[in-house]
Amino acid sequence: MSSYAISHERAHAFYDHFERKGELPHQTHYCPGCGHGIVHKLLASAIDGLGVRDRTVLVSPVGCSVFAYYYFDTGNVQAAHGRAPAVATGIKRSRPDSIVVAYQGDGDLAAIGTAEIIHAANRGESMTVIFVNNGIYGMTGGQMAPTTPLGKQSTTSPGGREKWNDGYPVHVCELLNALDAPVYLERVSLGDNKQIMQAAKAIRRALEYQVKGLGFSLVEVLSPCPTIWKLTPVEAQKFVRDEMGALFVPGCVRDRGKEAEARPARAAAPALADVPRLIGLTSGEEAVPAAERDLDLRIKIAGFGGQGVLMLGEVLAEAGLEAGYEVSWLPSYGPEMRSGTSNCHVRIGRHPVDSPLVSRPNVLLALNEPSLRKFLPAVEPGGVAIYNGREVPEGCERDDVRLAAIPVTAIADGIGAGKVANIVMLGALLELCEVVDEERVRGALRRLIHNDRYYELDLAALERGREEGRKLAAEAYGWGV
Amino acid sequence: MGKELTKGNEAIVKAAVLAGCRAFYGYPITPASEIAEAAAKYLPAAGGTFVQAESEVAAINMLYGGAAAGVRAMTASSGPGISLMQEGISYIAGAELPCVIADIMRGGPGLGNIAPEQGDYNQVVKGGGHGNYRTLVVAPYSVQEMADLTTLAFDLADRYRNPVMVLADGFIGQMMEPVEFAPRAVLPEAPGWSVRGTAETRANLVSSIHLEPDMLERHVRKLEAKYREAERNEVRWENWRTEDAEIVLVGYGIMGRVLKSVVEMARAAGIRAGLLRPITLYPFPAAQVRELARRARAFAVVELSTGQLVDDVRLALEGRAPVEFFSRVGGNVPSAEEVLEFLERTFSARHAREEVLAHV
Amino acid sequence: MDRGMVVTNQEECKGCGLCVEACPPRVLRLSAGLNRYGYHPAEYSGSGCTGCGICYYACPEPGGITVERLVKVA
Repeated sequence: MSSYAISHERAHAFYDHFERKGELPHQTHYCPGCGHGIVHKLLASAIDGLGVRDRTVLVSPVGCSVFAYYYFDTGNVQAAHGRAPAVATGIKRSRPDSIVVAYQGDGDLAAIGTAEIIHAANRGESMTVIFVNNGIYGMTGGQMAPTTPLGKQSTTSPGGREKWNDGYPVHVCELLNALDAPVYLERVSLGDNKQIMQAAKAIRRALEYQVKGLGFSLVEVLSPCPTIWKLTPVEAQKFVRDEMGALFVPGCVRDRGKEAEARPARAAAPALADVPRLIGLTSGEEAVPAAERDLDLRIKIAGFGGQGVLMLGEVLAEAGLEAGYEVSWLPSYGPEMRSGTSNCHVRIGRHPVDSPLVSRPNVLLALNEPSLRKFLPAVEPGGVAIYNGREVPEGCERDDVRLAAIPVTAIADGIGAGKVANIVMLGALLELCEVVDEERVRGALRRLIHNDRYYELDLAALERGREEGRKLAAEAYGWGV
Repeated sequence: MGKELTKGNEAIVKAAVLAGCRAFYGYPITPASEIAEAAAKYLPAAGGTFVQAESEVAAINMLYGGAAAGVRAMTASSGPGISLMQEGISYIAGAELPCVIADIMRGGPGLGNIAPEQGDYNQVVKGGGHGNYRTLVVAPYSVQEMADLTTLAFDLADRYRNPVMVLADGFIGQMMEPVEFAPRAVLPEAPGWSVRGTAETRANLVSSIHLEPDMLERHVRKLEAKYREAERNEVRWENWRTEDAEIVLVGYGIMGRVLKSVVEMARAAGIRAGLLRPITLYPFPAAQVRELARRARAFAVVELSTGQLVDDVRLALEGRAPVEFFSRVGGNVPSAEEVLEFLERTFSARHAREEVLAHV
Repeated sequence: MDRGMVVTNQEECKGCGLCVEACPPRVLRLSAGLNRYGYHPAEYSGSGCTGCGICYYACPEPGGITVERLVKVA
């Protein structure tokens, strides 16, 4: 006995009825003879064949296939024009077990989305890109595509695509073949039966590689657009095979499916309870001491980039915080990191800090002469200014400010590291003005300086600074604490 | 947990991870780069994803994908990058995806400079992309608020299924202050509507297309209703010494800090000043501005732009009180003394003018 | 009995004719009549199908063509 059994039928990866489409839910919105329908079927068959319908997320583009989500009974995300590879990256990286397919046309992928496709490919994103190349903008009504052949008329190349004005057709597979990461790149065509069967194989392979956890695959499909080309479906098919095929030669450009290594699985997520520690938050409940003194320090530190201006501020703020004060640290930022002037504002006080900007400092630490000249006039009467030099430069006198000159760079050089000049100045400050206890400063240095050698140098610098400060306080100025 | 001396930009990332953010897609730009740098360090440590995108355009679309997949996700940039992201933000709002976007403002227009400015107010608070949508906007004025408002931003994003922006300036991003972070980390469940590549989410669709005019109108009205709800429930602000204020200063971000100093100095100089500091810029504390107009003689808006926040204050007041305006731009932040001088100049002049008028 | 059998979906078909062109034994044709959308839908001539399935792939509509093959049953 013999009877008939179904061998080819509507793929399960398609909905039975296209409810999202609204009217005419029995058929697609594509024109008669459009290649998108065929590519959809090949993709749906591959999804069925690999048994990954539940895991599949289809990213539909802008273009004629913008409504691919009408048809595919898979997870669906619709993307902005050209951005499908970026959107697909976002999905795949967050859901590594999903099977992500970015479906794109030529305008979408090879013009507006060129950056996105190149970089998704270059990162080796484990995704499958179906690139439908029909050499024209279909949805918007027949404008020139990046893949339109030279000489071919379109509404925006009415005299035919012309190389001097429009450039040349973009060969996407060959372009991506210049990158290291892609696993599989193949150009196929819908030009005849044999080509369609080859396209089916390629699409299945591209999807299979993703299921295996391999990296980036792209299948470029030369596809007919009978409506815009003004050809019958059968003529359009022949045009694809003969004309498009001559320009974009079908074939496998790269297949590293055998040797490619699978993208390593992401490490298991840590226990939630461990997260604070893993992001550098200490869970210590150490009681913060009450602020001992009624301080209101408004400190400005200035010098040139590389003098440790910002670090000096950070040590002060950290020490202040540990001593129970309210603190803020505000840097000048940007190219000063490399050169030029640098300054920062530090506030340490008993009361919450209102403005972190220090416009009227009561402490000025000037690590070079321009900084002293610039900021000394703003120092509040009764304030303290320490200058990095043997004597206060001419024209920098202030009767109402306690101004000290200490050659901290020279002293630091004496210790063996000019870089710790900032800490010499900090040591001097501790003697010349009521700040925080040295113990707090040492604690702050310990936390901030991870290199033991530098930490030891900093301690030596702090001590030398204190000596200088004490000398000044006792001998010349008589205003020690 | 104790307080940790933390940079504003880093506080955003730590708070985000504690709030369950597990995806960060970004592109470096001064003065926001430390956010991407911290994210590169902490997101993977917490089992999440960090990708440095090829552009802000790609970053915002990766965010779209991550949010569509039901993960708490964020990005960060500064003005020029936010401009590039506007297309994606419109799609995210249209598709009703929750996510958080931090804008650490710098000087503009064009390349401008990298110093702090508040010139992105309009592009962030009023939309910036195409179509009828709003982003909810929180505006931290301290490093503590960088953390707290980032946490809030994730909650608001989920509650309203809408992008929430953290709008700060270069100073708030770059400064360090002690921060007390949330005592424990949370990881909310993925929302039911998300597309996760699973059997139970197979029927889900994330899209911003509504082809039929009636359908799109319904959708836009739905978004609108959501924004009205946010206007009713999510306005946040700080009133500082406004109980008896004759002059109400209005400013946000770093200016909120400076204006607190100004209030003290003004009061010492005999001007009864107070401060209204919007914490949410959208929804804007319009009713709170009007409420203060019942007592105040005048308002003075101080911002680091040539007049963007001031428009919202004027709209809120609907002519109930005069609004004076002072600004510095280009990366200059006025000192408290400078603002005080403006107040003294303006209000003594106004006083004199009113005296004259009173005698006419 | 023929080795295969092809069933075209008259409602879904848009009459593009690609299946007619693709069919190796040339047993498909466009109907003279119109379906309710106004297309001349493809139809099977009634004999000669080999069950190769080429028409299924050539057809751009998801459910436009179903192909059956003769199988032995106990």
